Amino acid sequence: MSATTEPTTLADTALPGYIVDHRVVSDVVAERRGPWSGIVHAGQFLTIVDLYGNQAVDCIVYDAADTDIRYSAPDTIAAQGNIYLTEGSVLRANTGDALMTLRHDQVGRHDTIGGACSKESNSLRYGHHTVHQHACVENFLAEGARWGLGKRDLVSNINWYMNVPVEPDGVLGIVDGISAPGLSLTLQADRDVLVLVSNCPQINNPCNGFDPTAVRMIISEGPRPIA
Amino acid sequence: MSEISTHNPEGARAHARAQGGVRIETMPILPPSAAEEWPEAVADHDKLWAETVAGGNYTALTLARGTVIELTDVAGDACAHVALFNAVQTDERLNVADTIKVQWQAYLTTGQQLLSDRGRVLATIVADTSAHHDTLAGTSNLQRNIERYGNGSPQGGTPAGRELLILAAAKVGLTPRDLPPTVSFFQGLFAEPDGSLTFTGSAGAGASVRLRAELPIILLVANVPHPLDPRAEYVSTPLRIRAWRDEPSMDAAAGPEAERALANTVAYARLRGL
Repeated sequence: MSATTEPTTLADTALPGYIVDHRVVSDVVAERRGPWSGIVHAGQFLTIVDLYGNQAVDCIVYDAADTDIRYSAPDTIAAQGNIYLTEGSVLRANTGDALMTLRHDQVGRHDTIGGACSKESNSLRYGHHTVHQHACVENFLAEGARWGLGKRDLVSNINWYMNVPVEPDGVLGIVDGISAPGLSLTLQADRDVLVLVSNCPQINNPCNGFDPTAVRMIISEGPRPIA
Repeated sequence: MSEISTHNPEGARAHARAQGGVRIETMPILPPSAAEEWPEAVADHDKLWAETVAGGNYTALTLARGTVIELTDVAGDACAHVALFNAVQTDERLNVADTIKVQWQAYLTTGQQLLSDRGRVLATIVADTSAHHDTLAGTSNLQRNIERYGNGSPQGGTPAGRELLILAAAKVGLTPRDLPPTVSFFQGLFAEPDGSLTFTGSAGAGASVRLRAELPIILLVANVPHPLDPRAEYVSTPLRIRAWRDEPSMDAAAGPEAERALANTVAYARLRGL
């Protein structure tokens, strides 16, 4: 799933146009409904391409040297004073440390309060007939196990390309997305990080347009993208 | 006490024993029935725990299924940063994202459930006179408190919530890895349409929240300023805790999701013999 291709040149890849003069370290299509993981070294970039549009990409980031230091939605939200992730947002760990920075974003905003779908929460949200459907927590557990991570290592996460408005009365929900086919975002690692992804298999809400699709995960190195 | 010599063990013992019986505002009271400020309806034999947690301090409690725990913001500037765990299976813990997503509501109040990552209810909010709570910004960390107040360590006078929760977790055999995002009671936030957050502060002195444990639970609570409290000074006033024996919820009022969460919880408890 996270097999790394041989390094190639820009001409061989589908890097977005805002990235120039990069050497591609890894370029993998994360299959629909499946996981992906990889190490992104300090200074390297991770580009996620929403190939078919409105595909929620659930994501957790760990300090590669100490996975007890892991992405924290509340610490990220408190530090930036805003619940949405957008260009310039710094993904912070539970210690407050910067893990990655969102350097370029073609969509506008992403969710980090909605969590990851699970078989168990599906039973509450949609009914017990959905319990045996595949879910993001299953992807996180399966892929995380390859790195020695387990249930205690999963809590808050990012949902790239997912749209979760909060109404003035506090009502919130996953609604139709604002992404489109081919839109991408690019993160830069502030330290060596392990990135764990579930290409969300949810079919009971609009987070994937009710149709989970593949996304492209590209690790590269080179100059910072220019907006 | 200064007149007691501590040059030898007998003197040291007398000096130490002379300190017993001191009563201050922020301490546990034992037996709990000796404490004041209990709800009238609670009989003495049902009074299980009485403690007031100082500002900048914490406690760790393990509660039987059905226990009701009341948190009170005595002076108007408490903020209870709460983490919950299933006491018999601690990798099941509070999941704030599921709590707000499943119930379609970011602002907690009476009737809502604090959900685990396993589709079960750890606790139900059975009473709330504050309605100033937060599920979005979590607790403070060491770095943030160093930036805001010059220090964030447990011993430094302006401790960060996470530093205290690490200690609370250790008292029940848990590690930093076990700590989930927390909810905060008594200091609120409002999310603007653009996602920016406005601090709405407290509901004032005397506000209280009651939680009912729907499983045997571990409750960790740090009483520290909310991370988005804009005041330059570290303001944190006492948090009063009372816990009494009661029964688990029989029904869930907050909608079909809550009904299924309670059904999952009851089935798990029965299957496990809890």
